[in-house]
Amino acid sequence: MNPKEFITEKVKEKFGPALEEVSDFRDDLCLTIKSDRIVLLGNFLKTDPDLQFLMCKDVTAIDWSTRKKRFTIVYHVHSFKLNFTLRIKANIELDPPSIETVTSVWRSAEWYERETWDMYGIKFINHPDLRRMYMPEGFEHHPLRKDFPVIGIPGSLPLPHKAE
Amino acid sequence: MGLESKLTQDGFITTTIDAVVSWARKSSVWPMPMGISCCAIEMIAAADPKYDIARFGSEVMRFTPRQCDLMIVAGTVTYKMAQVVRRIYDQMPDPKWVIAMGACTSSGGMYRSYSVVQGIDQFLPVDVYTAGCPPRPENLLNALMTIQEKIGKTKSRDFKNRSLKELELSQN
Ligand code: SF4
Repeated sequence: MNPKEFITEKVKEKFGPALEEVSDFRDDLCLTIKSDRIVLLGNFLKTDPDLQFLMCKDVTAIDWSTRKKRFTIVYHVHSFKLNFTLRIKANIELDPPSIETVTSVWRSAEWYERETWDMYGIKFINHPDLRRMYMPEGFEHHPLRKDFPVIGIPGSLPLPHKAE
Repeated sequence: MGLESKLTQDGFITTTIDAVVSWARKSSVWPMPMGISCCAIEMIAAADPKYDIARFGSEVMRFTPRQCDLMIVAGTVTYKMAQVVRRIYDQMPDPKWVIAMGACTSSGGMYRSYSVVQGIDQFLPVDVYTAGCPPRPENLLNALMTIQEKIGKTKSRDFKNRSLKELELSQN
């Protein structure tokens, strides 16, 4: 059994209908999970002795702008045992957008989630230190959202006053 | 005049204070290399033996603002970095000059983006803008020569130390 089928079978067996979609695009396996199961799935993937997805390589988001479920959170996790990188997606629509943090599972997700918060304004519930990453403290917008103008919002970032 | 020829014989010249002071100032402009991104590489190249910025008396690149008269802002200035650039500028003793090196510092350049200051002249008094992305070292040397020309034309009394009050204001 190749690792893709093996992983898919295992997750399907454990999560049943909470596993919303399985896709295999350009040789990348992607599982879409209900957003409230993300920590359970993370724990399962990490602790299951046959899977051992020990490393979280990236957390980011997609802003679909017009869809009802506007944001998709994307995780990339790696298993050294299977030598396999898996993509996990979770669609969220709540207002304000929020999802449970996976820092309890993968500690490395802390800064990725901070970045995602900074750029997309997605609240990671129970995150230990949800501060801005790139933009200055006190900035009120989230630049990678589709409705944010590329040139920025005039006056939203402070400049020193002009030296004479 | 008889006096002048007599003095020259004895090793004296007559001149004005302004001429001497500005000659001294323009012949050793010490740069503060504010190398924030890619333009800094060309600034470094200007200091190497091929372009040799030492010919203009500016080889002493000091990484402390307290010993500099010229800030070469070489690189993309983001809004976050603007605070730092300004703080360093404020620490330089008067009189001081600024070269905006490259498209980024002059106008934001190709980064027409929310995070990049669209021209450092919004918060610094720029003396010379240098075109290019990045400008060649010759271009930077040309900017330096322009600064020297400007210094040569300035009267020494035009520079007064800024009052303490202004300094306090700019700290915040
Ligand atoms: S002007 Fe060009 S070379 Fe210079 S800092 Fe900007 S992008 Fe880099």
